[in-house]
Amino acid sequence: MTTERPPSQGRRLVALPATVWAAVALPFISIVLALLVGSIVILASEVIVPGHPFDVTLPVTAYAALFEGAFGGLDPIVNTIRAATPLVLAGLAVGLAFKAGLFNIGAQGQFLLGALGSVTVGVALNQASPFIAIPAALLAGMLAGAAWGFIPGFLKAISGAHEVVTTIMLNYVAVSVIAWAVSGPLDQPGSPSPITAQVGNAALPVIIGRNGHLGVLVALAAVLAVGWLLFRTTRGFEIRTVGANPDAARYAGMQPRLIVVLTMSLAGVLAGLAGATVVLGVTHYMMASFGTTVGFDSIAVALLGRSSPVGIVFAAILFGAMRAGAPLMQIQTGSLIPAELVDVLQATILLFLAAHEVIRHILKLRGVKAGLETTDTIARTYGRESV
Amino acid sequence: MDGLIQLLYSVPVLGLLFQFVGYVIEIVPRIAPIILQNATPIALAALCGVMCERSGVVNIGIEGIMIAAAFVGWYVGVLVQPALGGDPSAFFGVTPALLVALGAALLAGMLISLLHAWLSITVRADQIISGTIINIAAFGLTGYLNTLISTTSPNGAGAFTRFRPPPEIADIPVVGWIAEMLLRQGPIAMSLIVIVIVFQVLLFRSRWGLRTRAVGEHPRAAETVGIDVIWVRYRNVVLAGALAALAGAYLSMEGTNSFQQGMTAGRGFIGLAAMIVGRWTPVGALGAALLFASARALGDSISFARPPGELGTLLGQLPGQFFDALPYLVTIIVLAGLIGRSIPPAADGQPYEREKAAA
Amino acid sequence: MTSDVQVTQAPALEMRGITKRYPGVLANAGISLDVRPGEIHALLGENGAGKTTLMNILYGLARPDAGEILVDGTPVEITSPHDAIAHRISMVHQHFMLVPVLSVSDNILLGEEPMAGPIFLDRARAHRRIRELGKTFGWEIDPDQRVESLSVGWQQRVEILKALYRNARILVLDEPTAVLTPQETKEIFAVLRRLRAEGYAIIFISHKLHEVLEIADRITVIRRGKVVGSRTPAATNEEDLAEMMVGREVNLTADRGTSHPGEVILRVEQVRVKDDRRSEVVQGVDLEVRSGEILGIAGVAGNGQDELVEAIVGLRRPSSGRIELAGRDVTHAGPRQRHRLGVGFVPADRHRFGLVLSFPLTDNFILTDYYEPPYARGIIRNEAAIDARARRGIRDYDVRTPSATVTTGTLSGGNQQKLIVAREFDGEQRLLVLDQPTRGLDVGSIEFIHGQTIAKRDAGTAILLVSAELDEVLELSDRIAVIYRGQIVAVRDGRTADKNEIGILMATGGSGASGSPSSPAA
Repeated sequence: MTTERPPSQGRRLVALPATVWAAVALPFISIVLALLVGSIVILASEVIVPGHPFDVTLPVTAYAALFEGAFGGLDPIVNTIRAATPLVLAGLAVGLAFKAGLFNIGAQGQFLLGALGSVTVGVALNQASPFIAIPAALLAGMLAGAAWGFIPGFLKAISGAHEVVTTIMLNYVAVSVIAWAVSGPLDQPGSPSPITAQVGNAALPVIIGRNGHLGVLVALAAVLAVGWLLFRTTRGFEIRTVGANPDAARYAGMQPRLIVVLTMSLAGVLAGLAGATVVLGVTHYMMASFGTTVGFDSIAVALLGRSSPVGIVFAAILFGAMRAGAPLMQIQTGSLIPAELVDVLQATILLFLAAHEVIRHILKLRGVKAGLETTDTIARTYGRESV
Repeated sequence: MDGLIQLLYSVPVLGLLFQFVGYVIEIVPRIAPIILQNATPIALAALCGVMCERSGVVNIGIEGIMIAAAFVGWYVGVLVQPALGGDPSAFFGVTPALLVALGAALLAGMLISLLHAWLSITVRADQIISGTIINIAAFGLTGYLNTLISTTSPNGAGAFTRFRPPPEIADIPVVGWIAEMLLRQGPIAMSLIVIVIVFQVLLFRSRWGLRTRAVGEHPRAAETVGIDVIWVRYRNVVLAGALAALAGAYLSMEGTNSFQQGMTAGRGFIGLAAMIVGRWTPVGALGAALLFASARALGDSISFARPPGELGTLLGQLPGQFFDALPYLVTIIVLAGLIGRSIPPAADGQPYEREKAAA
Repeated sequence: MTSDVQVTQAPALEMRGITKRYPGVLANAGISLDVRPGEIHALLGENGAGKTTLMNILYGLARPDAGEILVDGTPVEITSPHDAIAHRISMVHQHFMLVPVLSVSDNILLGEEPMAGPIFLDRARAHRRIRELGKTFGWEIDPDQRVESLSVGWQQRVEILKALYRNARILVLDEPTAVLTPQETKEIFAVLRRLRAEGYAIIFISHKLHEVLEIADRITVIRRGKVVGSRTPAATNEEDLAEMMVGREVNLTADRGTSHPGEVILRVEQVRVKDDRRSEVVQGVDLEVRSGEILGIAGVAGNGQDELVEAIVGLRRPSSGRIELAGRDVTHAGPRQRHRLGVGFVPADRHRFGLVLSFPLTDNFILTDYYEPPYARGIIRNEAAIDARARRGIRDYDVRTPSATVTTGTLSGGNQQKLIVAREFDGEQRLLVLDQPTRGLDVGSIEFIHGQTIAKRDAGTAILLVSAELDEVLELSDRIAVIYRGQIVAVRDGRTADKNEIGILMATGGSGASGSPSSPAA
């Protein structure tokens, strides 16, 4: 049983410095430690790859480039925001499910289906007025994502099939669906490789800098909506109760199965919206290899943000910045350090967060929140028919 | 009798079903060795799951352990091949480099498992989250390293080869294809059957098995009779890491002779499904893995050579991507159909605290 | 130590100055205790007094902050149950330490496995040994039977065999009678007397006064982690022990007064219910509870009480039969509909059903009413009303807490239970279903809850009380129904019921078929 969870997380928006420290201490320490580990990885990489003079300062060069690529001017900042936007939405998709005791590893699949849904409608309406095309395409993305989230929720409700397995399977199915759609019904005739037509008027308008699209406002609206839902409404109370103790939820007259289906569908909406913002705001078309790292980054975002909507925003900015800065880092290190270093950093941050007890013990931190939200409901329902 | 069959064939859906069953009966003996090959990484992943969860530790990091072991096996092979040299021997194509590489893969798998054990047993982190982090870390690190070294595009160390049974074996009536399936295999796939049998017997007849099950069902009871719960769990999780590593090694050192990013393709998770469907027993897990593997093998053979008749026409209209997705769809359907009747160990996923304040 | 017992023989076991501190609680404050071979030493104290902590320290399940343990006069270090077993100490825990899905023999041999070779178990050898051990007590044991299919009484026998199989000399029994019928209690006492005669040193932990007076050679009372005193049964009585145990004079029986039953509120007709494993554990129960009366259900745990209660409150669908609430058919109504019709429910497992431990008190106070005005306007929560509700409940039901927003899991068991009672008793209930309402609570909380229950009855609420503590049922009920193998086998008047008769009915259903090792649920 967890007793460390804050009683009214997110209820108080204006927080005292002490509570801010309590909330950010472990994530902050984890990030610093991960950067240290990352520099060791960079130095080791120099040894592994022959033909370069050994440069002790390469980690500094790399991190400086990473930072510059993410925050060094308007364009980098816009790139960071562009990368963070789908991470916020997909992170909410994972975080909301966490609140209901569900582990939505399927944000990737819902993201892909959402992108597919909105590109389908976007292409169809690419000549229509933007005031019709954009909402219609966004809505299509939400619905397609919702459908892909509904399936594992429904399966869990009727049979107890655990979402950890079913959502992963659906991610792979989603890849096949995309490959089929892009090479079949949506294929743009005459193009050498399977890609769809452009979304035209359904594209999200640019509102900041050169290419900062409207999606960022969609994401911020979603943050407010999810926070409001979770902490201000009775439905959110039901979601949180089912997540914390499904038996007590039943006792209280709630319907855990319904909540599971609802929450997974809502998660699908959010992840679908993430896909929609990418396809309508960034790529403007879709190809078979429309694989991004958003789906798995979103798990990291939700974990680092401790499933709280505000935390997710900060976590998404961090990881979005890393994604945005990575290409410059690769260039500035003479292509020695691949952009995938970001994956290593991300994983290392999570590892330190998971070992938060140890960090707390070593650094003698007191009154600091746990590194990761506990989700014993997820483990408890594993393989059981229990909602 | 013939009239009845004719009648059944005349019902449209039933007729297709009959044709399909007939096709399966005809094709399975021919693709049997492929089914076992496909099943090997899934079954080994499932066995890893059984060994962990029977002692009460949920391990969804199997996929990550597999990809890491696949990478380490392949890359260590690359590194040591020039130094150790040697031509592939007649015995499964074994070279010194391959053996060293296999050992390195197993070691890597066990080390990652040790990390999972430490996080979930000692640190008492959420086991599902710990497993997820292991997946993210393993995919991140192997992806990074793979990109890092791809600039030098190294040559692989080759792969284990399959045994070629004498052709007469296939001619044995009725069971010839089963013998063929078991024998036309490389060393890892062949050892799978042995591992399953040994594991099954040990789990239910040995002291290790009894203690493992007791710890997974009721750790407190096990502790009160003097069993070290923590040690039992560590031992099982680390040992299970070797099984997942073997699954990874199969992918990069027996199934192929190269490493590709994401080459595990969800097999670790399909293995978890096989473990659940197989009710946490080694034999059951193998059965479920064979079922899932058949989906892939059938899909491949259908898209390679379409069956004749209406069935073929119908299947021909399905997009090729459908067959790519088939194993995953089958996993979902079987899992949703069978679960609830499959009960996990009672203490599965719950961290154990030795000293709890009296309630 | 204020002992008036003469020391005649060297102690087999001695604990000196044992101190154990948990965050916020001093569980054991310098406790000393000894037991000699051929002696039954009772350790008496109410729930939460520190008995179990002390025994966990003895058994290596907890480490003391100070103090020492001596076996045969030699100081020993016990850091794990393994060490305890090596010193031939064995414990029968209050919650049996048996693995339900394993067989009797696997449970007994676990940890001390007889081996055939280095790898495989020699189960045949273990079977012989277990059968022999069982025979010395006249028990016909089937070593291959799964423990989960055994009745509670037989599970306890397996626990005792486990101890004897390990050649224990020092035997600790933690509340061994808590789940037994009076007859089963007699049987276990006979076993204990026999073991005493054979020279075993026995520590008998209980909070039941009459039992320790009956069985013990010496009684040591602890309260709030401290030894209050030691007595021989001859030199004390129940009142004296109760006062030592609680620290003040205790009214040993609740004054239930007279009842004035009115109309029928709950009517259960031929209800059949299946458990999670789909076997029918409630087999045609008929019940009536009237307003202004307490109907107690007596029965050995596992005779279908849990499923019956779940069916009555709407958490489980009956497979057939009819449930009426104040004349309305609610057989297929969910928990919420029944709650709205005036059903309050105090569940047996408060951590599983009654509370969300990670939530603040405020949210738990409105757990069943969160969707209704004034706590919600439409779908928007009304935090002010929720806060006010919590404050009122905390005040009226004396829930001890630093504030209404602390996490519920930080409260003591008694205060958690008071929170549930405050929530469920509040308002105009027609029916209250109380399932083990005082299990594991301290005397003060028990008195409080009993008092509230009687007050609710007097206000006209129908009350259905289910308790494994026969004494509690006898003390509170206006009528007593005995449940056996999923059927009500008898109904008696609560004031004239004979404890012995009820006990026999609980154990045999009245047919006299005793001694079968299978539980009714099997």
